[in-house]
Amino acid sequence: MGRKLLLEHINEPGIQTFDVYRQKGGYRAVEKALKSMSPDDVVEEVKKSGLRGRGGAGFPTGMKWSFLAKPEGVPRYLVCNGDESEPGTFKDRYLMTHIPHALIEGMIVSSYALGANTSYIYVRGEMMPQIRILERAIAETKAAGLLGKNILGTGYDLEIYVQPGGGAYICGEETALLESLEGKRGNPRIKPPFPAVAGLYGCPTVVNNVESIASVVPIINDGGEEYAKIGIERSTGTKLISAGGNVKNPGVYEIELGVPVEEFIYSDEYCGGIANGKRLKALVAGGSSVPILPANLISKTINGDARLMTYESLADGGFQTGTMMGSGGFIVFDEDQCIVRNTWNFTRFYHHESCGQCSPCREGTGWMEKVLYKIEHGQGSIADIDLLWDIQRKIEGNTICPLGDAAAWPVAAAIRHFRDEFEWHVLHPEESQSRNYGLAHYADPIKPVAQ
Amino acid sequence: MAEEVVKFKVTIDGIPVEVEPGTTILNAARQIGGDIVPPAMCYYSKLEGTGGKCRTCLVKVSKGSEKDPRPMPKLVASCRTTVMDGMEVQNITSPDVVEARKGVVEMLLINHPLDCPVCDQAGECKLQDLGYEHGDEGTRYEFERRTFERIDIGDKIQLHMNRCILCYRCVFVANQLTDEREHGVLNRGDHSEISTFIHKALNHDFVGNVIDVCPVGALTDKTFRFKNRVWFTKPVDAHRDCPTCAGKVTLWYKGDEVLRVTGRKDEYGEVEEFICNTCRFETKHTSDWTLEEPTPVDHESVIGANHYLNFNPPSVIHEDKKLQLANEEQLARTERLK
Ligand SMILES: Cc1cc2nc3c(=O)[nH]c(=O)nc-3n(C[C@H](O)[C@H](O)[C@H](O)COP(=O)(O)O)c2cc1C
Ligand code: SF4
Ligand code: SF4
Ligand code: FES
Repeated sequence: MGRKLLLEHINEPGIQTFDVYRQKGGYRAVEKALKSMSPDDVVEEVKKSGLRGRGGAGFPTGMKWSFLAKPEGVPRYLVCNGDESEPGTFKDRYLMTHIPHALIEGMIVSSYALGANTSYIYVRGEMMPQIRILERAIAETKAAGLLGKNILGTGYDLEIYVQPGGGAYICGEETALLESLEGKRGNPRIKPPFPAVAGLYGCPTVVNNVESIASVVPIINDGGEEYAKIGIERSTGTKLISAGGNVKNPGVYEIELGVPVEEFIYSDEYCGGIANGKRLKALVAGGSSVPILPANLISKTINGDARLMTYESLADGGFQTGTMMGSGGFIVFDEDQCIVRNTWNFTRFYHHESCGQCSPCREGTGWMEKVLYKIEHGQGSIADIDLLWDIQRKIEGNTICPLGDAAAWPVAAAIRHFRDEFEWHVLHPEESQSRNYGLAHYADPIKPVAQ
Repeated sequence: MAEEVVKFKVTIDGIPVEVEPGTTILNAARQIGGDIVPPAMCYYSKLEGTGGKCRTCLVKVSKGSEKDPRPMPKLVASCRTTVMDGMEVQNITSPDVVEARKGVVEMLLINHPLDCPVCDQAGECKLQDLGYEHGDEGTRYEFERRTFERIDIGDKIQLHMNRCILCYRCVFVANQLTDEREHGVLNRGDHSEISTFIHKALNHDFVGNVIDVCPVGALTDKTFRFKNRVWFTKPVDAHRDCPTCAGKVTLWYKGDEVLRVTGRKDEYGEVEEFICNTCRFETKHTSDWTLEEPTPVDHESVIGANHYLNFNPPSVIHEDKKLQLANEEQLARTERLK
């Protein structure tokens, strides 16, 4: 059994209430930080822990905090990104629903570290129940004197507000989130300036994912070094993975980073294998934006090493044969799934969610969707596959925010690894409408490539 | 003693230039001028916050700066990237840039109706120029194009959303020149549309400027609608004593008639000064204006095609009776314009 830091008490009845959470040792980190540590000590601990952002990019949290500008007389803000809308990812929602005080506690400690007296939790608009839960948790914490004016008599003031989003995926991009929080249209900003210098209302701001902030609690309780002992290399600590697709036991799992991907899929402790005795065909390891992998690149990397659930190992092989940890949305595809259809489906999502500011993403996502629809419905040509490749290439890297890349990568990876499935749709237009391509050769072992 | 001004040295396509710190790559290129200036469809120097959206101005930074010579990993929007000392930039000398730009042009055109033959902007449309200069021949797009209904924004301005490239310039005009913003963007992605809230007419002295900043034929002057092709009209700079704006405009003549009035545009299509609606829509007689001289027109522009070069007849004509006779008609026209 792996260690659980965030979900240790998840099965405790009433853990979503302040009293039970407190009984189980909750808010110790607030007491410890506010009473015995300076804000810089907290930042230092987080740096030592090696915690990397859980929102998708995996940027070291401690480093991000130390970049925060601290001009005199200007307020600083901590904004928690609870917009979670990436297809396949549902871990933040789980945390906010079942153990909301873990987030509130993390918010207090993190705000203290950053010197913020007002902090926001921006929650995706569709998650109204979670918004209510968080608001109730805040009220309870306030009533207990752990939030508000002069917390625990230390002279530190903090207010936390929950802001419902409008329900747009793009508002999860940190600068779009800030625009939306300011009451404007959620268009990503052009960077620089970065939020650390000019964020919310032009003030220095840190935006962190729900899980990143909650992870600060065990880091402060046990110390950064303890936290860093879990995991491998620069992938430290535990991580929530939301497993979905054709697995026996879909759900949210807390893993120690470093668990082999194979174990995560097949062990009964986690996904319990592929549902209905089917065979594994493909994996999207970190939410819809990351490159999809065929079965033969999942358990082992191209060099024949076991693939592990770490930032480095998942990315091993780069775009050619690797993928990314992303936001931890682990989507498993069995042999009955059509990769073309899935790629079309993802692209439909990005088309729908593009904010429309920059030309390549605005126009290109819609174009890709139409071409993919054509191929999936047996009306495509081989030239369409090449066209698709070219369109994604014209989007990638040429846009304001990473949504353009996120739309391009899944298409690129699907064509890279599953090109013959695309061609089969083109060459067998009728057959492709009545059955799926199946597993084909995608699980055949591939020859390891020498470095 | 004057303080020593620090200047950054930048090289664009091999041509060095010294600029003030804080200058963008695009503006540094404009200081050099000529073919190495990246095309800019959304940036507008007179409107704060514009740029970064259309991606036509992408360039490659092959050397970051003297201090940190590493190249930038991606192409950058030159209109929103400031220069560093010693930076080296490639625009038309980089095949990557040329190709990416081709891609952007293609993207801008896939949903465009290509209705230039019935568009009042034709001839002074930045998208036409862009397509001609940086695009590919033909299109690979075979699907139905997105369409919208035409919208009247008040009685003087018409919005053809089909032609819009979502550069946001008009939104910035509404934000920065008018008191209340009623003009913005609805929806998102390729179904975004410029809109004035529930078709509410934007009623403001300066709102007519949305016509001038629009690089395409999406926002056009209804008083000029279908009156003429721009290349049959003759632009003349003029001014008047206007209580609201600087009153410096370009009058567009067809014969004796002023068909429309616009702000004066520079070589990048940007107006020098925004003008008010009275100057634009209400004062359309030569007698309202003091004429200055024919507007200088880029020699490659179709507007220059049937053009006289100088307002004042060249002095040789003044001095030569025979030439004066031969140019009677032109001189008469010139007189009229005075
Ligand atoms: C299109 C897009 C959507 C995003 N959505 C989310 C999201 O829903 N939740 C999130 O935490 N981060 C999201 N991110 C990442 C954020 O921009 C940002 O990197 C993150 O919140 C930083 O937090 P972290 O450092 O704790 O990971 C998104 C990024 C992009 C480009
Ligand atoms: S990449 Fe897409 S989502 Fe991001 S700013 Fe550009 S249009 Fe908007
Ligand atoms: S209407 Fe014209 S100015 Fe406004 S966004 Fe569209 S193209 Fe730009
Ligand atoms: S002019 Fe630079 S992105 Fe449009």
